[in-house]
Amino acid sequence: MNEVYLIAGMAGVTFFIRYIMHPASGRMEFPKLLERALAYVPPAVLTAIILPAIIFPSGQTHMASLENPYVIGGICAFAVGWWTKNLLTTILAGMGIFLGWQWFLS
Amino acid sequence: MWVKGDFTVETSQPIQLQTTATKAYGSPSTEFFAGFRDTFPLVVGAVPFGIIFGALAGTAGLSFWAALGMSLFVFAGASQFIGAGLIATGTAWPIIVITTFVVNLRHLLYGASMVPYYKKLSHCWKVVLSFGLTDETFAVAIGRYRKKDNSDHKHFYNLGSMVFMYANWNMCTLIGLTMGKTFPGISAMGLDFAMPATFIGMVIPYLTNSPMWASVMTAGSVALITNSLPHKLGLMIAAVAGVAAGITWEVIIGRKRNR
Repeated sequence: MNEVYLIAGMAGVTFFIRYIMHPASGRMEFPKLLERALAYVPPAVLTAIILPAIIFPSGQTHMASLENPYVIGGICAFAVGWWTKNLLTTILAGMGIFLGWQWFLS
Repeated sequence: MWVKGDFTVETSQPIQLQTTATKAYGSPSTEFFAGFRDTFPLVVGAVPFGIIFGALAGTAGLSFWAALGMSLFVFAGASQFIGAGLIATGTAWPIIVITTFVVNLRHLLYGASMVPYYKKLSHCWKVVLSFGLTDETFAVAIGRYRKKDNSDHKHFYNLGSMVFMYANWNMCTLIGLTMGKTFPGISAMGLDFAMPATFIGMVIPYLTNSPMWASVMTAGSVALITNSLPHKLGLMIAAVAGVAAGITWEVIIGRKRNR
């Protein structure tokens, strides 16, 4: 049941955002500052999700060490991404290094 | 089977089309297929991400129908990944809906840019085209609307682009889901890390100036500090702090330059 609420909610807000300007047009002005602020939203949200997930995987409180394959994978994925500027390469390299490090530790 | 009549149509039409450049557009069906054609590279680019989404939505704990339903009804790549990522960390659905809202807010600007072009369309058209206003289709369609020829069927171009993206995204989600089901060991294939790697790869293109760096560093540090807060409250605090840091930094360096 929760999944139905989740999908309906996500679909509802996404459609609302994409559609609302049409009935609202002419009655709504975008403050310039808000328009610029929106550009920061995706990277800020993505980072806010990913950093805790990498440093504290599955809820642990102090895992920022070399024994945490997520940290190693994350650092390497960032390096590869920065260097290649290619999303798919970044994902595949990150997964490969993560797997390799996991295997190396076990 | 080629009937003679068909064949003459096939040969004569392209010649006519090439004589004037604008003739390549025009009728609803030519517009539709032009939209299809121009979206092709972006569709190809979306293939691996659709498959990855399908495969990891399963491992994140979404049911088959919920994962497919996300692609069918939400149809917004980044927020679908974020949704699946938050499910994996056991986040309650209202928080995920709020996060989706925040992440997709940038689409307000897309909608606003389309207002003059959708103005004359029927309500039904506005609803359908708005639903499909993804980053990719927006980028392709706005280019067509801005071209200075007075075709009355530019919205069919927009529709063609959106239909192609939509069909492909759902097909790829389905393929990924099937792969995840057929090979349950797939999560041992490094898939646990597909989400973090995807997010890292999505952040990097934004990091082109110092305000962006300030924003991302702030969001990341605040998220770490507030990680123990209940209901993923830390996520919202971190996101707001990150956006505030970015815009503040932008204003500060803007002032310095103006001096």
